[in-house]
Order: sequence, then structure tokens, then C-alpha cells
Amino acid sequence: MSAALTDALAANHYGDPKTKRLIKLGLYVAMVPFFLALLGYNGAVGGKALGGWLAFGVVFGPFIALALGYIVVSYRSLTPGIKNDGVQVHALSGRRYSAYLLGALLTSLYILLYWFGGALQGLITLMEPLSQLLRKGPADQWFFYGFIYTLSVCVMGVRMLYRYRHNKYQIFRTISVMFFQLAFAFILPGVLKAFNQPEFYPTYFWPLKYSALFPDDFKWLWNQGNVGVFMAGWGVIASFVLTPFLTWRFGKRWYCSWVCGCGGLAETAGDPFRQLSSKKLAAWKFERWSIHIVLVLITVLTALLWVDLGTITKDYKAWYGFFVGAALSGVVGVGFYPLLGSRVWCRFFCPMAAILGIFQRFYSRFRITTNGAQCMSCGNCSTYCEMGIDVRAYAMKGENIIRASCVGCGVCAAVCPRGVLKLENGPTHKDRFKGAEHPLSDLLESLKKR
Amino acid sequence: MLFDKKPERHVVIIGNGIAGVSCARKLRQRDKKVRITLVSGESPYFFSRPALMYIYMGHLTFEGTQPYETWWWQKQRIGLRQAWVTHIDTQKKWLTFAGDAGGLAYDQLVLATGSKPNRFGWPGQDLERVQGLCSLQELHTLERVSHEIEHGVIVGGGLIGIELAEMLHSRGKRVTVFSREGSYWSNALPREESLMVSDVIEKSGIKLMSNTELKEIVDDGQGRACAVVTGTGERIACQFVGLTAGVSPNLSALKGSTIPTGRGVLVDFSFRSTVDDVFAIGDCAELVVPGGRNRIEQLWYTGQMHGEVLADVLCGDARTYDRGIWFNSAKFIDLEWHTYGEVPPAAGPTVRASVRQTYWEAPDRRHSFRLVWENNALIGVNAMGIRYRHKICERWIAEKRDPDYVFSHLSDGNFDPEFYRRFEKDIVRGLRAQLQETAA
Repeated sequence: MSAALTDALAANHYGDPKTKRLIKLGLYVAMVPFFLALLGYNGAVGGKALGGWLAFGVVFGPFIALALGYIVVSYRSLTPGIKNDGVQVHALSGRRYSAYLLGALLTSLYILLYWFGGALQGLITLMEPLSQLLRKGPADQWFFYGFIYTLSVCVMGVRMLYRYRHNKYQIFRTISVMFFQLAFAFILPGVLKAFNQPEFYPTYFWPLKYSALFPDDFKWLWNQGNVGVFMAGWGVIASFVLTPFLTWRFGKRWYCSWVCGCGGLAETAGDPFRQLSSKKLAAWKFERWSIHIVLVLITVLTALLWVDLGTITKDYKAWYGFFVGAALSGVVGVGFYPLLGSRVWCRFFCPMAAILGIFQRFYSRFRITTNGAQCMSCGNCSTYCEMGIDVRAYAMKGENIIRASCVGCGVCAAVCPRGVLKLENGPTHKDRFKGAEHPLSDLLESLKKR
Repeated sequence: MLFDKKPERHVVIIGNGIAGVSCARKLRQRDKKVRITLVSGESPYFFSRPALMYIYMGHLTFEGTQPYETWWWQKQRIGLRQAWVTHIDTQKKWLTFAGDAGGLAYDQLVLATGSKPNRFGWPGQDLERVQGLCSLQELHTLERVSHEIEHGVIVGGGLIGIELAEMLHSRGKRVTVFSREGSYWSNALPREESLMVSDVIEKSGIKLMSNTELKEIVDDGQGRACAVVTGTGERIACQFVGLTAGVSPNLSALKGSTIPTGRGVLVDFSFRSTVDDVFAIGDCAELVVPGGRNRIEQLWYTGQMHGEVLADVLCGDARTYDRGIWFNSAKFIDLEWHTYGEVPPAAGPTVRASVRQTYWEAPDRRHSFRLVWENNALIGVNAMGIRYRHKICERWIAEKRDPDYVFSHLSDGNFDPEFYRRFEKDIVRGLRAQLQETAA
């Protein structure tokens, strides 16, 4: 390694480097039982014989403890404030060798999960005691997935809380995503299963959880007694009443960076990668096509299923589930975190984000305002925007930022060294374009010209 | 060229910093025909100079500091030429470039060459590992020697000084900052704020030596700095000396030209020099004030305003520059600062007797708020650790608002993120009491 790079890497030594090296070594060692379990050895060594909880504890306990220890050691002694030293040079966050390694690991995990679940049997067996405790039933690959997902949100959520401990907006928001993931996306569905009720995720709505409004699923749920009627009804109300109202009142952020599980993972485990999103105009153009195409696809599919056209819709449904439901949201969406940033799915493909974005652009009180002429174009806001919005382009001109894709994470305002940006809910949706262009009038103008 | 009746005028701007780029941008907005060329040896594309520190610290990539993508310049039809200007011939209207890069003809010339670090004739000031931080080249030289630095000494406690200190500190190097005054930057900040920033600096692990001057930089025998000697004769070993005792206009491109200069390029308030078709803006311009002290303005914001006013002048408008109500902002390690209007510094000229100051500070010493009054009207706002709105503070000052009005509307000015603790109630209580005291 060159002397200059070694020197630049010194910038990332938050906390005592010796202690951190020791913990890192511990983490590598703690990975060994994980891989043994993955290879199915836990059964052979005697997962049952050792006691289910013991094996579970041996695999996950040290790992969680060491990860939390690493976070505490890194950030505890620092003065509260923005800590981005070395982000661009570090091997993981700076898209160097370990980023590719992690990307390969994550994509492989998703491929195994979706299409080769049997290969994960070792790890699934490991989940047995927790599954029995929570759900009164056997574990499967989705329970394993839900567990590591929730674990990632919670452990990396602690990191986020430490990093932004000077910023109450970030603290509340992070606690919110941790809570919704743990309580509503992990514990509640498990408890419902234990009580022989339909598995239900109250924080996922159509079209993100597209089956919520698919006729078969909807009708089945509707016939599951009072609880089922409530759940089916909740799906409809959430999509058609709650979503428009809350988005008008608070912007897209009420969901994408406060409630949603995909957003929750991006805002916690994905935080080290937020700066990797492309800010190029070309990426914005691609995003506007891709996200709305997915929205049209799922809307048409849902409508067709209700009309019921037989095998064509069946193939269409299977195809959508494969490409969008699995490949784009999981393999690409999370697998490419270390390469393309934490919001690949949310930015380019999520149909829920597309709907929320349309509301936010045309009918919401939310806006990011800029502070007069204080901007000096440094680019921290644009760089740390996980959605790839060129925030600076607006801040330089003193314009409000009204963008369909903005999830309101508030990090642009946090990293700004000159106090230029502020997320706000205005008194009405009508005044949000003060100092900025208006999308509808732009559209009308361009139509008139033709 | 077949259809061109006559060639369009060619405006050449030397320097692609914020002043030059603001001028080019506004000029293109107003005049679709004029030919515009930006000449810079420093970098082919415009980048944010205040962001240089973030590149070294690893917060940003160099590309990330560039506000416009490369296609933007073509779309705007702004020509870019990477070359160093060695000579300006104002008779033939011809620029000569360094090396074999040739030259360029102009019809109108805009000088926006920026600043260079002050060097006050200290022995050893030209050694290796001694530098300021104004240009991309200086960032590169710092990066080249960075791995040799165990201890860095920064001479001059201003904005660039604290930036350079924070940069070195971020890579785990020991840093000592020399300040001529008794506390950090007291010739720009009021006493309490200056002490607060000094505290922030020291708590971060950077050593601040107040009332300390540089006498000499010591050569290690190989042409590199290895120590400094202070005004009191103390010798301090170091492997890097940052010279940040202010900046002065960079006039290296003007050598041998007939353009009149003082400390900077002498211009009137329309940025015209006395030579026809030669203008100067930004840090390198020295505004001639008839019957007063000439002004050199070295801020991002003033550079931007200069450029925009000059674009109007080049379009034939009879425009003169008016800076308007003063404002600025900065971040000292973790502490943010917003200032509007007139806020007398601790170590500044004597303040008029009619000026009344009111100041509030939170017990944590990380938030403070100052309002300055004259004849019952607001003239200045200074906020540390609390963000305040530019437009609203400016309006209060322009409208000469009295304390009752400002106090009852104070929270309108707050620009802190949602859920942040609001201090306005405490501030109003504290400041009102002080005003009553001074009245009694």
C-alpha cells in the first residue's frame, strides 16, 4: 500500500485503533461458527445435542456483542458532530476491494434465499428454538431472513444513533425504523402465527407488498374471520387513505425513512454506503423511467388479476414475482449496497416509492428549504444523498428542493457545514415552489409548445 | 462561419473559481451569442474551493466538489482552457500561456485569479513542507508530504487555519495552532464567541497557542522544515508548517503587464480597471474607494456577487456593486456559525458609543446568540451552534427593527432541524434583561 493511502486511511481511525483491530479479529473468528452452521455442520456437531439455544447463542452471541463493541469503541470518545473522515478512502465505504467482496456475499445470500433455500438448512436449523418460542412452529428460510434482517437494522441502528447523537431528527427517525422493523415486521407476524392467525405485516402495503391487493390473497384473508377482515381492510385503507393523507401532511418520508423495512435497512445497515449513489443527470433520467415502468407493471398486473384472464396473467404474475419481487428488490436492491449505494431498490424500482413520489411532487406540504445565499457549493449534501439527488444544484440557487425521490432522511441538512438546508412541512402544499420551478406548469408549457 | 456577419466578441476570464464562473454563467444567461472562455491552469473544471478540506479528510471525492458535470460546459457553450497565463498584452489584447500552450486573443478580459497565502518574509518560509491552502496544487503538495507529518504547526488562527488544523487532526496528527491574539480569531469574532471556539478547538485535541508569533522556520539540512521558532525563542519540532495568516491577491499572471495594481487589481465599483476592456473580480480585485480605504473582499459570497454584477456590466448595464447587508458562516470543528450585519469583533476598532450588545450563552458552551443594537434598532446577529435564517435576519436589519419586534418574532428566524431543542425563550429572557440593565 502506498504511503499516501496509508496516511489517508489514518483518517478513518475513530476510536482506539488497537482495540478496534482486536475486535475486528474477534469478528473474523466469530464468523467461523456461522459458516460452519451454513455448511450444515451444526447438525453434525450436534445442534440438538448441544441444545438449540446454545448453538444459537454460540453463532450469534459473540457476533452481536463484538459488532456493538466495535461501534461503541469507534464513536464513544468523539465529540458529537458529523464524523465522515475517511469515508471516501475506506475499502468498504470507498468502493474498494472489500466492497466487492461484501457485494458478492450479499448477492449470493439472496440467490440462496430465493432459489436455493435448502442450501441454508444449517442456518435454518439454528433458528429452530427462536421460531418455536416466538411462532410455536418450525423455522424456515424466511424466518432466518427476517431474523438477520431485523438484527442488521437493530445493530447498525445503534451505529446510526451513535454517529448522529447530536441530531434529534436522526435519533427519532432511527428509533422509529428500528421499532417498526422489530415490532411490526418481526415479532408481530410471529406472534400472529403462534395464535394461528394469518401472517400479517401491517407496515407493508400494496404495491410494495403487491399481494395485499391480489384477488386470491385478498379474498382468502377476507374469509379468515374478524382478524382477517381487519387485515384485508387495513391493506385497502393503508394504500388508498393513509398513504395519500400522510404524504400530503409530511411528505414521502413518513414511510420511506420512518416506517418502511426496506428504508429501515437502507438507513441503518446501508448508511456506510449512502455516498455511493450516482448523482449524474443520466441516473436521474433512468430512475424516472424505471420506477414508473415498475408502477405501471404492478398496477396493470393487479387490475388483470381482478379481471381474471387465466394463464397469461398467471405467467405475468410469476414473472413479476421473479424479476421485481426477488431479483430487483433483494439481489440487486441489497446485494449492490456496497457498489451502488443503499437505495438502489427504493430509487430505481420500488412502485410504492413511485406513488409516494408522485404525491410528494404534486401535492405535499413537505419541502427542503435553503438558507438565503449561505451555500458555498461544497457538495456534502449531494454526496451524502442516498437517493442521488443533486441537492447542491438547488442550494446554490437558493431554491426549495421538491423532488419525487427525496425520502426525507435529513442527512443533507445534517452534513451541511453552513447550515443551508432544512426539512419542513409548510402550512400548505401550495407555497412549496416559492423560488423553484413548478412541475405542472413546466409540463403544460412543454405540451403547448408541441 | 459562413453565416456570421461579424465575429462575436470574445470574453476571456482568467480563473475558474466562484467569481469567474458566476460571471460566465450569468453572462451566458443574458447573452446567447457572446463567446466565453474560462482559462485556468489549476483545474480544467470548476470546483468548490472551501471544499478542498473535505477531499483531504475523505468526506468528498474531488469530483464531488464539482458543481457541474462535464457536459454542462458544452451545453452552456462556455469554452474551457487549462493553461497558466504568463503574460497579458493589453495593446494587442493577447494572452500568452506557459510552456508551448500558445496564447489566446480576447476582446474583453476578466481577471479572477483569486488569492495566495500571505508570507511575511519569515526565514525559511520557502522550504518544503511549508505552505498555505488556497489552491488544488497546494492540496496536492500537502497530500504528497502528509505521510511524513507527525506534528504540524499552523501559523495564523483564521478560517483557513482552523480548516488546515482540522484536516491534519483528522489523520491522527498532532496539531498546534499559533494565534497572534489572546484567543481564536478575535479580530473577527466577539470575545465570548472567540473563547467558545477556542474551547471547541482545545477539546477536539488541537493545541491552540495564543499570543504566539512565528519568528523562523528551521531547515532540516535537506531543504525541508523540521521545526519552528516562536517570537519568544521557543523551538518546536514539526514536520509541517501551515501558513494561514491571511491571503492576498494573486497577481502572478499580471507580471510585466500595464494593468495598474495596488495590493490587488485596482477597479471601480463596476469592476473596471483603468485599462480598456480589462476587468477584475473576486479576491484579486481591489475596489478603489474615493477618499476612503480601498476594499479587498475575499469571501465566497462576495466573489459570487462580483461575478454576477460584472456580467451585467459586460452586457452594457450601468451597474455598480453594493454588497448589501453583510453575512457569513463557517464551521469550527463541530460548531456552526452564522453572522448577519454588523457584529464588532473583540480585537477590532473602537466601537461607536451608541452600540449596545446583548449576548446569551447556553450552559453547555456550545450554543450562543448575540444581537447588536444601535439607537434601539437591530444592526447585527451572531449565532453559534444555532442556525438562523439569512432572509429574515437581513429583513430585520434592513427594516431597523426594535427589540420588541425582534424578540416577539425571534423563533421565525430559527433554521435548526426539526425536533432540535429551541432556545428562543431563554434567549429572549436573557437579552431583554440585559437591555433593561443597560437602559437603567
